[in-house]
Amino acid sequence: MLKRVRTSEPAQLVLGLVTGIAFGFLLQKGGVTRYEVILGQLLLTDFTVLKVMLSAVLVGMVGVYALRDLGLVRLHPKPGSFGTSVLGGLIFGVGFALLGYCPGTLAGALGQGHLDALFGGAVGTVAGAWLFALAYPRLRRSVLLWGNVGTLTLPEWLKVNPWAVIVPVGGFLVAILLAMEAAGL
Amino acid sequence: MVGAGIGILSWLTFLISDRGIGCSTAFAQTAGMLERLFRGEKVYLRPYFREVVPKVDWGWMLVVGIALGAFASSLLSGTFSLEVVPALWAQRFGGSVPLRWAAAFLGGVALGFGSRWAGGCTSGHGITGTLQLVIGSWLAAICFFVGGVLTAHLLF
Repeated sequence: MLKRVRTSEPAQLVLGLVTGIAFGFLLQKGGVTRYEVILGQLLLTDFTVLKVMLSAVLVGMVGVYALRDLGLVRLHPKPGSFGTSVLGGLIFGVGFALLGYCPGTLAGALGQGHLDALFGGAVGTVAGAWLFALAYPRLRRSVLLWGNVGTLTLPEWLKVNPWAVIVPVGGFLVAILLAMEAAGL
Repeated sequence: MVGAGIGILSWLTFLISDRGIGCSTAFAQTAGMLERLFRGEKVYLRPYFREVVPKVDWGWMLVVGIALGAFASSLLSGTFSLEVVPALWAQRFGGSVPLRWAAAFLGGVALGFGSRWAGGCTSGHGITGTLQLVIGSWLAAICFFVGGVLTAHLLF
């Protein structure tokens, strides 16, 4: 049954839409589709974005690894390197601050009526992705491979049971979330 | 508790769709589909579009859904409003529409270029990758914020 749903293209299109609706609903409810909230995070005056992300990671990590132990899901790690993550990440960060949205919250901002997300942001993001497609042949065998880490996860790297990492990382995330709450951030 | 909801949503995507949430691929697919309108099948001569196939798939529908979900949520909570220039931007740089939209466009270009360079965005690396404890994703997520915090402080 699960396998049939997973491999049915029309079912997955509908599921993608439904998942997106739920995700967009949650992002908007959480306030992170607003320019002011994202800039507040980057200016370190409003920690809403970090709170949403870290609590999603905490809950997601425990659940996904538990489902994996039950044999119900497999992981989908994206391959990366220092060249992709650090350089791409920093370029992303510049755009993140200048635009005030990221690719997901951009769509959400558009949904709640923020027109700068559409006429500037979405058009620019598509253009930027296209420019990367043009640059890709020159980058893929050089800078994108610098310091390759592949799809390595922390437990694989440390050669330990995943829960030996999940428990301390989870505890650390809880501590950060509680500290932010206590500090009134 | 919105964050916990997103975490639970990620369990469901792994379980039912055998994948994790990510948004930036859809923008590259859109770019490829637009190029295909003009250049037809030649778009597949680009190595990038052989790897990231320009088509409407789960991830592309996800981004459409985000806009719809945020629209529904903002209507229900009465926070929907047509806004041309964000208030905080206007306070710092004035209410000029062309200036804000030009900045948003340039920011978008860096965002699109950087997210494809990094192979993911705040959702694909920042949530989905980090929750799987992927080293490259943690690195990318940290760099998103390092770049963002530095740029925001230069701007404001």
